[in-house]
Amino acid sequence: MTALQARLGQSRNLVAAVVCLTLAAIAPLFLDPLSSITDNAITAGAYVVMALGLNIVVGFAGLLDLGYVAFYALGAYTTAWFASLQFAPINHGKGIHILAGDFASKLPGLHFNFLLIVFIAVVITGIAGMFIGLPTLRLRGDYIAIVTLAFGEIIYRFAVNGDRINLAKGATLTGGRQAIAPLDSIDLPGLSPFDSATDLRPFFWLALVLVALVLFVNFRLRDSRLGRAWIAIREDEVAAASMGVPLVKTKLLAYATGAAFGGISGAFLASYQSAVNADQFQFGFSIFILAMIIVGGLGSIWGVVFGAVLLSFINTYLIPNVLNNIPSKIGLDFDLTQLSFGIFGFLILIVMVLRPQGLFPERRRTLELTEGVGAGDSIGEARR
Amino acid sequence: MSGTQVVPEGAGATHPADRLREAASRYGLIVVLAAMPAYLAISDLTTYGDLSRLGNNLVAGLSNGAIYALIALGYTLVYGIIELINFAHGEVFMIGSFVAFGLWGTFGLGLATGPLGLVVGLFATLLITMVVCGVMNVMIEQVAYKPLRSAPKLAPLITAVGFSFILQNVGILWLGSSPASVPDLIHAQADVLTLFGVTVHRADVLALAVTVPLVLALTTFVTRSRLGKAMRATAQDPEAARLMGVNINTTISLTFLLGGALAGAAGLVNLLYQTNVWYFQGFSAGLIAFTAAVMGGIGNLRGAVLGGLIIGCIQQISDYRIGADWTVAVVFAYLILIMVFRPQGLIGEATREAG
Repeated sequence: MTALQARLGQSRNLVAAVVCLTLAAIAPLFLDPLSSITDNAITAGAYVVMALGLNIVVGFAGLLDLGYVAFYALGAYTTAWFASLQFAPINHGKGIHILAGDFASKLPGLHFNFLLIVFIAVVITGIAGMFIGLPTLRLRGDYIAIVTLAFGEIIYRFAVNGDRINLAKGATLTGGRQAIAPLDSIDLPGLSPFDSATDLRPFFWLALVLVALVLFVNFRLRDSRLGRAWIAIREDEVAAASMGVPLVKTKLLAYATGAAFGGISGAFLASYQSAVNADQFQFGFSIFILAMIIVGGLGSIWGVVFGAVLLSFINTYLIPNVLNNIPSKIGLDFDLTQLSFGIFGFLILIVMVLRPQGLFPERRRTLELTEGVGAGDSIGEARR
Repeated sequence: MSGTQVVPEGAGATHPADRLREAASRYGLIVVLAAMPAYLAISDLTTYGDLSRLGNNLVAGLSNGAIYALIALGYTLVYGIIELINFAHGEVFMIGSFVAFGLWGTFGLGLATGPLGLVVGLFATLLITMVVCGVMNVMIEQVAYKPLRSAPKLAPLITAVGFSFILQNVGILWLGSSPASVPDLIHAQADVLTLFGVTVHRADVLALAVTVPLVLALTTFVTRSRLGKAMRATAQDPEAARLMGVNINTTISLTFLLGGALAGAAGLVNLLYQTNVWYFQGFSAGLIAFTAAVMGGIGNLRGAVLGGLIIGCIQQISDYRIGADWTVAVVFAYLILIMVFRPQGLIGEATREAG
């Protein structure tokens, strides 16, 4: 690819991103401030951020991560710890407040500004990502998947049983299956405090800003030296190593970056939902996010965005609102919402068998598939 | 494992530090495994003056472990032959329990059934469940793995995860999303004998009575029969085996059939043992059994049985001493430790992937 083509490709991405985001930003102005469409779109935005994060680990670096929910959990619990009454006894019941909103700054417990919380979430999940990555460095392929799955389950166990882990003076690590709620609403400098009871649109615009930011970082990372190193180890680890790609550093950075996106999204979703409940962090959620990037196209940024929006739409609208009544109409007695994970499992299976490159494949992968260039052992490559 | 293991230059195997490292790698896992029972034995002795509590844990652990061993054999057989973690295997075990439960209804087995009817009925249930699960495992292979056989290794793993979710939802449709209790046909918790304060229950006897013959039959089949030889040949080198006239497709299907049949047997035993059935039982049992397979050395039949028994004991000890809520975390912590420090397992040989 010549430099000019690359430039053109980049500017096309830029134009596409600007057009999509602008249209999305205008849309809620025509809707009710509390429209359920906006509500679903906010969730979808958060899922896009998570899917883009997982795409770095699985799509770019080719490391199958089945425990991605761990980072969602850690991000969400960061908000739950630093913006709630969870640690009420701290500082003799007076609490610690850093740039918190007017209301929150009078409450006991830890109350930090949302931006600070996002920063803390990035640090915590980034470190956790590297920590989870460390044991997998000597392993390859399917063993990585199982180790990450094990980590995800261990974090889930801590979330569920955390209400019995006493830190001090009756403050527990998590709320277990009892949600930690309410959490402080988002209060950004220069804007009036967000309030999900009266207007959802600020949350939506914030979600869009996060998506735009993460998209930008994703494109820049993909075209950077680091991004090329990720793709190189995905294609052939041994060859990449012998070409001077530092495996340990490159893999750990993939884990850390992917995890940090999960943390950002988790912190945001927790603030939006104003509650963090351990049952949100089951293994099925990892598969839900994985299904997004597989359906969209592993490694393809726009494909992943599409996949995330599509599956989020299926999960929050299509299954509960449209299809849920179908079983009872044809005389069967069950709710389709119970089977949502089965449906996602089916989607994964169908896409993987029939169209392994996903709906919007990455150009490099399309080339590999059609011309047989650079056939290596990456995920999602078609039958040869 | 290629390339990333650093061997210090000029340090021969006779170097003391090197020998130490080798010993740590060889016996470290055993030390880690023995640490918890040893600690509990000492604390039991000092608190109660005898070991009956630990003994009871170990008896229940061994019989639970026998069920895990049956499931782990399925993982190990399949991994040995096509290097795939059959993620849906735990769900095959779960469906096995469901099928067995359904068959009880069909045969009219209940608490009122006499001993003879019970033995005949359960034996028939066992056979049919094994056949159903074996055939289902083969079908999973045909649908989800066979089309991806030449694709990169992670592709079938992803479809396996997808299939496992589909089967879980079949379970939800079948019996709902909460655990259903089933009649305690064999009075699983009735005592058989008590020795030094250690009680053996009927369920323990049953688990071993089903597992031991099946494991013996399987090992005999794999080591003695012509098809078993074909399986071992395919595991060693599929291409060479094909050139020698082994039908690879049949052999792989046969492997899935055997693994599924064992999982079905485990499903029935679990049903009798735990007297409940739940769509989610396969997920945790599958992962615990996979841990067992890895612990023993994946691809190694004796290793899977040994790993199953050890994991069963760990699970029981954790259930009673740490709390059942933490058991999954404890088992997974072991899994990670094994993966990191001894990925070839206790008695496995170094595989291509994790040596």
